[in-house]
Amino acid sequence: MTTLSTTSPRPGEAPVVLDQVRKGIFYALLFFWAVLSIAPLYFTLVFSLKPVANAYTPPIWWPIPFTLENYQTILQTFELFPRWVMNSVVISITITIFRVLFCAMAGYAFARIEFPLKNFLFNLLLVSMMMPGVVTLIPSFLIIGPGLIRGGIQLGNLTLPTGFNLLDSPWGVIVPGMADAFGVFMMTQFYKSFPKELEEAAMMDGSGRWGTFFRIVLPISQTQLLTLGLLTFQGAWNSFMWPLLVLRTPENFTLPIGLQWFRGEYYTLYSVVLAGSLFNTLPMLIIFFAFQKYFIRSIASTGSKEG
Amino acid sequence: MAASGNARKVSEAITGYLFISPWLILFTIFSLISLGYAVYLSFTSYNLLKPPQFIGLESYRRVLEEDLFLQKALPNTFKYVLIVVPIQTILSLVLAFAMDQKLRFRRFFRTIFYLPSVTSSVVISLIFIWIFAPQGIFNQIMGLSVNWLDDPRTAFYVIMGMNIFTTSGTLMLIFLAGLQDISPSIYEAAQIDGANGPQTFFYITIPMLRPVIFFVVTVGVIGCFQVFDQIFVMTAGGPLDSTTTITYLIYKWAFRDTTIKMGQASALAVILTLIILGVTILQRRIIEGSGSSAER
Repeated sequence: MTTLSTTSPRPGEAPVVLDQVRKGIFYALLFFWAVLSIAPLYFTLVFSLKPVANAYTPPIWWPIPFTLENYQTILQTFELFPRWVMNSVVISITITIFRVLFCAMAGYAFARIEFPLKNFLFNLLLVSMMMPGVVTLIPSFLIIGPGLIRGGIQLGNLTLPTGFNLLDSPWGVIVPGMADAFGVFMMTQFYKSFPKELEEAAMMDGSGRWGTFFRIVLPISQTQLLTLGLLTFQGAWNSFMWPLLVLRTPENFTLPIGLQWFRGEYYTLYSVVLAGSLFNTLPMLIIFFAFQKYFIRSIASTGSKEG
Repeated sequence: MAASGNARKVSEAITGYLFISPWLILFTIFSLISLGYAVYLSFTSYNLLKPPQFIGLESYRRVLEEDLFLQKALPNTFKYVLIVVPIQTILSLVLAFAMDQKLRFRRFFRTIFYLPSVTSSVVISLIFIWIFAPQGIFNQIMGLSVNWLDDPRTAFYVIMGMNIFTTSGTLMLIFLAGLQDISPSIYEAAQIDGANGPQTFFYITIPMLRPVIFFVVTVGVIGCFQVFDQIFVMTAGGPLDSTTTITYLIYKWAFRDTTIKMGQASALAVILTLIILGVTILQRRIIEGSGSSAER
């Protein structure tokens, strides 16, 4: 938009040849970075198609000798792999559905409904977006797992647990991810900028808030929900630290945890590890290409926080 | 009329709270209570077996006396932030600026440049372990025989380089959105006034982008201070603790060591939060202070 057009020849400026050279260098640099960006995935694909024994031997540019045995190993010998993929799918989709719904609900309320302490709560939400996650890591772990207070709180005969006892359960990964401050913020901004007329018409017709929300508001904010959903799914699908703490037995691992564990157990089978890693990357790539427009918008929207 | 108006207000308020309740409940449990409990734990000694014992500032003293923190984790973390944040910010700004030009295959380049950011932290770490293995393809292509990840002089830089590489795609898209928000009429006005390329960039683009730059740097700082996944997978803090960062140390004390030190780990988490808070405020001052032409 700017620099290239201003380098076009004008009286008294650099001759056209120099301009061509500059342009050439510019494209060469772009091309170089593009090659670098593809390289890791390309090499991964090549090596996943070579026998385990050839993992470190040339040629490195193409899969010779060619084999599909690594993929067979994954799908047939190690029954854990398909389980990990399933666990990842179930956990990520569940988190996404809950988070999109809950964030839309809260965002709608912050944008449209009057209730006491609204501004205070919204400011609290803004502050919490800046809070580093690591500070709540240990207490969150205790809450999901053994409880803040071992044995719970005694109230006469009643024992109140202070933890969910969800260690090693998919719900232990899902529950803390079901809502998040940024999602609520994003939906609030969206509904604030959204015309009220349709809703008001629906309310006139006697739909309550809930009816209006589910029948009118949710359907017309599809695009925004998809944007938030994609961002959430990517985060959940790739998430590592929290599932690492919560999930304990290999049967319950998600794919990232499983891959890391598998590498530790069978470090000589690195080609299998890389083949398995493609099961983590490919679905994300497909989703990225299918929804590229929304994806780019979702990432761009994270930056409009301040603007 | 007034009574029914009040009743309506009350029912609105109840509806409002019902709408926010799922978020509010989770927020209360996993942010508010968690934060309070983290501060409480930081004043205790807690190994999960016995109830937390209140020891006041003793756990902070223990953290500050720990060589692994003072000699390794603290300087390593600052080194990581000081190297990664500037490079990834400038690199992604340059990429975004290139993508904002009229050029051939723009969409193609943009898609390709984003690819490293699609890959998960674990997968890209597993790939880089193998690329930088002693007989890995990096050594093969360059004709070297360096044991990149087992050498305390190189391991941390491989991780830094990898993370710059993978974050740049995401940050590029954020910058690109900011660049495209700048109205073309401003550039036209600058051109009429006779501004050249670099002048336009430094006197118009950069000041207009200041809020986005602030955001990218803030996110970068907060993220880099908490770097964990790649270190866990690639080096587990080694070799010779050369890649041990504060967050890795928190994890190690709270979950990995044979004697669990949840109190001490919490104290370190609180310290890290204060460091991040301080640095964020400082960089806000710097970015807002630089250039008086701030438009906001």
